[in-house]
Amino acid sequence: MKQFFIFVKKECLHILRDPRTLFILIFMPIAQIVLYGFALTTEVKNSRIAIFDQSMDEATIQLTAEISSSKYFNLVKVVHSYEEIEATFKKGTIRMAIVFPRNFRFDLLHSNHAQIQLIADASDPNTANTLANYASSIINDYQEALNNNTELPYTIKTQFRMLYNPELKGAYNFVPGVMALVLMLVCAMMTSIAIVKEKEMGTMEVLLVSPLKPFMIIIAKTIPYLFVSFFNIASILLMSVYVLDVPITGNLGLLLLESILFTITSLSLGILISNSAQTQQVAMFTSMMSLFLPTLLFSGFLFPVENMPLPLQLLSNIVPAKWYYIIVKSVMIKGLGFRYVWKETLILMGMTIVLLTVSIRNFKIRLA
Amino acid sequence: MENDKVITAHELTKKFGHFIAVDHISFDVHKGEIFGFLGANGAGKTTAMRMLCGLSLPSSGKASVAGFDVYKQNEQIKKNIGYMSQKFSLYEDLTIGENIDFYAGIYGLSNKQIKEKKNDLLNRLKISGQEKTLVRDLPLGWKQKLAFSIAIIHNPAIVFLDEPTGGVDPITRREFWSLIYEASAGGITAFVTTHYMDEAEYCNRVSVMVDGRIEALDTPANLMKNFSTDSMNGVFLQLARKALRSE
Amino acid sequence: MQSVIVENIIKNYRTKKETVEALKGISFSVDKGEIFGLIGPDGAGKTSIFRILTTLLLADSGAATVDGFDVVKDYKKIRNRVGYMPGRFSLYQDLSVQENLEFFAAIFNTTIRENYNLIKDIYQQIEPFKTRKAGQLSGGMKQKLALSCALIHKPSVLFLDEPTTGVDAVSRKEFWEMLHRLKMEGITILVSTPYMDEASLCDRVALMQKGVIMTINTPAGIISGFKKPIWAMRSSEMYRLMNAVKEDETVESCFPFGQYQHIVFKNPGNDEQRLQEIARKGNFTQVEIQSIRPNIEDCFMALMQQ
Repeated sequence: MKQFFIFVKKECLHILRDPRTLFILIFMPIAQIVLYGFALTTEVKNSRIAIFDQSMDEATIQLTAEISSSKYFNLVKVVHSYEEIEATFKKGTIRMAIVFPRNFRFDLLHSNHAQIQLIADASDPNTANTLANYASSIINDYQEALNNNTELPYTIKTQFRMLYNPELKGAYNFVPGVMALVLMLVCAMMTSIAIVKEKEMGTMEVLLVSPLKPFMIIIAKTIPYLFVSFFNIASILLMSVYVLDVPITGNLGLLLLESILFTITSLSLGILISNSAQTQQVAMFTSMMSLFLPTLLFSGFLFPVENMPLPLQLLSNIVPAKWYYIIVKSVMIKGLGFRYVWKETLILMGMTIVLLTVSIRNFKIRLA
Repeated sequence: MENDKVITAHELTKKFGHFIAVDHISFDVHKGEIFGFLGANGAGKTTAMRMLCGLSLPSSGKASVAGFDVYKQNEQIKKNIGYMSQKFSLYEDLTIGENIDFYAGIYGLSNKQIKEKKNDLLNRLKISGQEKTLVRDLPLGWKQKLAFSIAIIHNPAIVFLDEPTGGVDPITRREFWSLIYEASAGGITAFVTTHYMDEAEYCNRVSVMVDGRIEALDTPANLMKNFSTDSMNGVFLQLARKALRSE
Repeated sequence: MQSVIVENIIKNYRTKKETVEALKGISFSVDKGEIFGLIGPDGAGKTSIFRILTTLLLADSGAATVDGFDVVKDYKKIRNRVGYMPGRFSLYQDLSVQENLEFFAAIFNTTIRENYNLIKDIYQQIEPFKTRKAGQLSGGMKQKLALSCALIHKPSVLFLDEPTTGVDAVSRKEFWEMLHRLKMEGITILVSTPYMDEASLCDRVALMQKGVIMTINTPAGIISGFKKPIWAMRSSEMYRLMNAVKEDETVESCFPFGQYQHIVFKNPGNDEQRLQEIARKGNFTQVEIQSIRPNIEDCFMALMQQ
């Protein structure tokens, strides 16, 4: 046991002797939270729009007022022709234009068939969609208000309620995602680099010739990174509660336990990479390509997995971060208990056991 | 004979803060000479050589290399010297031909010259036809011979050799020294830094640095006579014992 | 008793393109308490032998034992009782001298104090720098620290792979003095070196080249195996002299040796007159000719040419 503690102590010394890397390890999660939480937000606010009102009647003026007073839109221009709309789009000053045809109110009241045209800049399709939806919902509200006066049967009213994240805040998505990313990076990449470094320096030869058991070498090398990960989990959660206003609605203990499980998954992935990599560079790139990118793409926190083609959806199932992401979202954001995440936990656990067994089995007791 | 000096150093000194890495050294090296520059680790060899190569400014003293002043004309110096080290010389992932093209290119040889020089070099080393071999696939001895030939491809006045022949077999090693002798007979001065004493015995004259100063400078034969020993190793051990500092 | 027995070991390294024969059937044995040298250039196969004997590498065929234990079956036992200093000094550059030593003591389940006697002579020389990081030590001091680390668990067999490469002459001399003191303690030492001049410091040496052992003998035995007379010659113009001697048809070999050319004739007889004639024909000045005793390097080159 003494051997083991000495080894862990040595690992900690390595980390402390390289303060720059330690600094990055500790501040990267905070930087990521700030980046993803504030800069990369998917919310759309104060979008600049133009209006082309060919009718100028009571209805269009009311609707214009409704739209431009909402927090999503900011009316910057009133135009007088289609040509002018296009010119304004080309200048890039607006994201959407709303066109009322002639006799809008007359058509609405007499033929029950009025039209509004929404023209959106779809070079950014997500934003265009969101804007169109916001505008439609304001128009619907207006229509409902009218309908209250004249009872009309046969209308279907859609009601949206945004559960768990009523304000549609991006941070609810990002916090679990960042946790998955950071743990993946710190645990997998740093352990694989640390182990490969011993190979590169030639010290692994001496360790192998010593009576140390190979799995002891592995475990001892991962322990310090386990602690760094705990620290990271704590800092991310604190940041999310106190800076991004994303509360932990579920059980904190459960969240931490699940995080530890995912940390171990990542550590075993790191060991697996270090088994085949011979240089620190290779270890780093392998971690980047095989862990970081899939986590980013397939965990579902940047791109919805349901929208991907089937083969990619199936592929996403083998990315451990996906399951961890689901778990964190369920526990932290939705406030669900273990009853709702046991399946995901089991999958993650299974993955960890397989990875750990394979990586320790494959750890070479000889050089070649 | 005054004008055949290709390196002159007079009271050359380099200080790093209070540490005097090179302490007032003075020596001359003649055209075509093979000059051995010996010293233990940390004696100041590398620092002295860097000043001569125009990579580092002296703190005081005078020196000229190939007729150029080390303070003001380091660009001209770099054009007129070649450099080869055991650690770094050739790009392992490039072929022989690509390495030659690259080094000849950075010394500004024209395409026609490069082609001539390349053919000449490959013939002399008896490896014509192997131009497309990756350097990584060559035996160590061949790499060293190739590295040396490339270091003098632009016909420099001086070639600096930093521990050039570590680790090769004795026959290849002698083939390597034959190349140096040949270059020297052709007028190229070889400035060899090493701490392998048997390498020192190949040099025309040898200087031994201890603690930043040149403690001895003579032909190997005279040094051995003066220190009444039969090998340069013996000379070196007697001198280096006085050393107070190490790296 | 024999500490190390190697029988017909073959090792090939396969890459995608080719197969490199690193060891082509190597056999030798080392007595207990002996200093045995593996001498040869890079690529001779020295490191492969060390790795096979320290159980880090599996041979393709052949057998080997260390301290009576099989290198394949009993690898755990061997790992407990050998000391190994790989080619590049295996130290943690970011740890201090003392932290390195403590770490290596701990992984061998011992303490610095327990075997301090064995490393005292060596460690005392670097003890003044014990808080310095290993990366900032000179080559000679790194070498001493690496040796201390390899000795800390009092191994019965010590494997030193090129311990003197890149180390200056003074440190090399001190290092060999240390090895001779360790021999007195009864430790068997296998040491490899590319420097022929270090052969005379071993009890017995194997001269190696390209995966083959050319000869095994005591240093004196190897030198007495050189049968032909050997001559040393010099003049003021070494390069021209070398070419002139090489052109002579009766000359078997001519190699520069520092200030001299070492010359051997195909059919020894009136060698000295022949050399004088070469000197006269070429108008060489300051000519010196003498008969000499061959050294290990002469023998090595003669063996290489066979």
